[in-house]
Amino acid sequence: MTRIPLRPLARILSARAKGENPDVIERENIRQRHEEMRDRSRAMAEGRLLLLCGAFLAVFGVVAAQMGFLAASEPAEPVSAQSGSAIVAQRADIVDREGRILATNLVTHSLYAQPPQMVDPVGSAEKLAAIFPDLDAERLKKDFTGKRKFLWVKKKISPEQMQLVHEIGDPGLLFGPREMRLYPNGAIASHVLGGASFGREGVRSAEVVGTAGVEKTFDTWLRDPANGGAPLQLSLDLTVQSTVEDVLYGGMKLMNAKAASAILMDVHTGEVVAMASLPDFDPNTRPAPLLKGNPGDSPLFNRAVQGVYELGSTFKVFAVAQALELGLVNPDTLVDTQSPMVWGKYRIRDFHNYGKQLTVSDVIVKSSNIGTAHIALMLGGERQQQFLKSLGLFDPTAVELAEAPTGRPLLPKRWSEISTMTISYGHGLSASPLHLAAAYATIANGGTRITPTLLKTDRRQEGERVISEGTSREILDMMRAVVSRGTASFGEVQGYSVGGKTGTADKAKPTGGYYKDKVIATFASVFPTTAPKYVLIVSLDEPVETSGDEPRRTAGWTAVPVGAEIIRRAAPLLGLRPELEQLSQAEVIRVRN
Amino acid sequence: MTEMVFGTVPVRAGEPVLPRWWRTIDRWSLAGVLVLFGVGLLLGLAASVPLAEKNGLPPFHYVTRQAFFGGVGMVVMLVISMMSPDMVRRMGVIGFLGAFAALALLPVFGTDFGKGAVRWYSLGFASFQPSEFLKPCFVIICAWLMAAAQEINGPPGRLYSFFLAVTVVLFLAFQPDFGQASLILFAWGVMYFVAGAPITLLTVIGGIVVAGGIAAYDASEHFARRIDGFLASEVDPRTQIGYATDAIQSGGFFGVGVGEGTVKWSLPDAHTDFIIAVAAEEYGLILVLFIIALYALVTGRSLLRLMKERDPFTRLAGTGLACAFGVQALINMGVAVRLLPAKGMTLPFVSYGGSSVIASGIALGMLLALTRSRPQGRLHDILIKRGR
Repeated sequence: MTRIPLRPLARILSARAKGENPDVIERENIRQRHEEMRDRSRAMAEGRLLLLCGAFLAVFGVVAAQMGFLAASEPAEPVSAQSGSAIVAQRADIVDREGRILATNLVTHSLYAQPPQMVDPVGSAEKLAAIFPDLDAERLKKDFTGKRKFLWVKKKISPEQMQLVHEIGDPGLLFGPREMRLYPNGAIASHVLGGASFGREGVRSAEVVGTAGVEKTFDTWLRDPANGGAPLQLSLDLTVQSTVEDVLYGGMKLMNAKAASAILMDVHTGEVVAMASLPDFDPNTRPAPLLKGNPGDSPLFNRAVQGVYELGSTFKVFAVAQALELGLVNPDTLVDTQSPMVWGKYRIRDFHNYGKQLTVSDVIVKSSNIGTAHIALMLGGERQQQFLKSLGLFDPTAVELAEAPTGRPLLPKRWSEISTMTISYGHGLSASPLHLAAAYATIANGGTRITPTLLKTDRRQEGERVISEGTSREILDMMRAVVSRGTASFGEVQGYSVGGKTGTADKAKPTGGYYKDKVIATFASVFPTTAPKYVLIVSLDEPVETSGDEPRRTAGWTAVPVGAEIIRRAAPLLGLRPELEQLSQAEVIRVRN
Repeated sequence: MTEMVFGTVPVRAGEPVLPRWWRTIDRWSLAGVLVLFGVGLLLGLAASVPLAEKNGLPPFHYVTRQAFFGGVGMVVMLVISMMSPDMVRRMGVIGFLGAFAALALLPVFGTDFGKGAVRWYSLGFASFQPSEFLKPCFVIICAWLMAAAQEINGPPGRLYSFFLAVTVVLFLAFQPDFGQASLILFAWGVMYFVAGAPITLLTVIGGIVVAGGIAAYDASEHFARRIDGFLASEVDPRTQIGYATDAIQSGGFFGVGVGEGTVKWSLPDAHTDFIIAVAAEEYGLILVLFIIALYALVTGRSLLRLMKERDPFTRLAGTGLACAFGVQALINMGVAVRLLPAKGMTLPFVSYGGSSVIASGIALGMLLALTRSRPQGRLHDILIKRGR
């Protein structure tokens, strides 16, 4: 215990001397000192409190200033109120060579649901299922009453359907604007156009991406805003395309074929004016790809470009053209057609027996396998391969379709002498009808190489020369003779001087060997032969013509009449004038009365 | 003890309690607190909806809860504000003992709600955070100790209060809850400052802090990187701070509109720690400045009124409470505007939180009780001094 001195000592001592109570004095003293000390500390505290108060106000001011500074500045990062980057929706139109619309966009709506906002999930699900028969009410009920916060109900709905959904009146059913790809012509040119579907999807817009055909090939171009909305112009002619599809469909049904394809091509520019593959589909509601079976049987399969077939006697023209070009024969050279031709263990036969010899011209006109095989032996495998390659029959066509690379010709593994002989009449090498069209265009246009294209162009193609103009002319005359007096006599169209070559190829069995009663009948034609302008390839799969005593399958009875009908109807649309031969008869006869 | 509160009790014979309370209370601060609470409810209407939706509750579940607890808090505040400083001191000391016991028992009975820090007691219908209640009681007991030290022959109260502060801070740091620990330390420091800390000591402490900071910055790469990251002007937009900044910026001066804000959907703490960002986005700078003004009003007015206070205990306790209140608001808003590194700290009365709003009610009730105008013996002083 520390001893605390008595204070103030002088007064206490004197008080003690007077006999007073010193405690009172000491207490009074303590009280006074306490007062003083409290005053001192209060004065100091007053200053410090003022300091504190000032400091607080200053810091509050700093926070307020920083708030103001932030509020005045623009958000540097993307504002969270916006939902990601805007999706560029506008996709360019696709038009035909005359500017007619083949594909365009339509603003429509998608329907989505936010179940947490729904008033009557079960009732709404039932009403939705009533509006859209393809929706399953049970599934919707499960989705709407489950934990999901968001789900797409329909990707595209019509204005009428939208009104019906509005009438349900559920706040949890919402619409997002959609730009939808529309093909106003339905199934016409479906294989060329392909189709489009939604890519990245947001509530406010969705990306439209091409899934097949030119939509896929030119996807980037179509979506490029730098083009300023310029449409993609194709070489197709909508009216001709429609006609070709119409006639081909009728022919396919008439000839009991299971499928058909046709290509109409400009021999000088390589433009595909019409291209059809049946059965077809509506690109607005593109069917799902086949999951099993042969993908070649799917309506999505483009037979004209993707399908490779042994095209039969149409190939004879190539062997003869090469032999003429090389000077090995001239149109009147006699070729051995003694039937059957025996080569090792193989026997080559003709459809009819044509006697011992035929001229080269008649080999084509009557379509003699044996004669062509003899010509092919003159050429030899090496030269044959080079020639076919220069016609583009060894590689996939370079046409602007996403599917074109899959149309790769099938070549024999080993190019033996028997291959040389069979390929000369179109067996042992599979190519697509488009390959054939390009090769025929090359031969018909005077002999320069043609690459098929789907884009409109005004320039003639300046391809490498494959055969001379003289050879081209001789071949054209032979093809004209095939129609006027040969296997394609049904191909005559008055005034258009049609020339061509038939081809009837037995279909190969998947197990090996050939079917006896299944053929691919092809008619490759050029018109007019006087001044070639167009090539038309018509190919029917498994046609049977049953009007006669026995079923007839040859191209002359099946593909040729269909091709002729196409030419008869399409040629005027293409602006070709018929050259009527008997002008004199049409002369006005003046009579005296 | 009578000496310590000498002359502080206003005696007006026959005056009823309520009129006297109304005459003497700091009505501006009281109004400020009530408005803050109202603003908190208003913001809760927007900010707590995502949480309710996430937990599968009605959208305004948390608003009604907050209104209930806030109502309780307001009543507690009003009742406490009617107490005399003596009463406040007694309640505070008893409360401190209770709250400290609760804090000490947290490791045994507490729960962490999966957040990694054991800070809560779960009462089933609500949770309870002892440190929230400990804070005002700690201020009271420290003020008492410091005031006692100013008595002649009094105990060494400042030393005792220092030990008490260190003990509480250690307990909080073990949870860990550095935010509350730093608040406790700050409140003690402010009281010590007002109670008459020697200038030399303050200078030395300030020098040590600055030197230590520089040394840590130079020596520790980790520390330096954190500071650099905080000082850097660029901020990752995916962090909480990034979202908050973005919200303030997109709100601008007048906001994007009531209920139109998006930050509440992105920020998990939008209804508590970042409620100011919700306010800034939906109502704009206007409301934010109003809220800041309200906090400045309550803190500033309380400190100014305490300047006139003659009683050391009242002055110190009031200072501690007012400063803790102001600093908590400052830290919360400073984080949102990137003046401070991220620290979980609620905005008193505005943030959602049942135990938080009741504890704030207790603290502000004590503050209002201590800042009531009382006869300060000015006439008495003048007479005595004249007599000397």
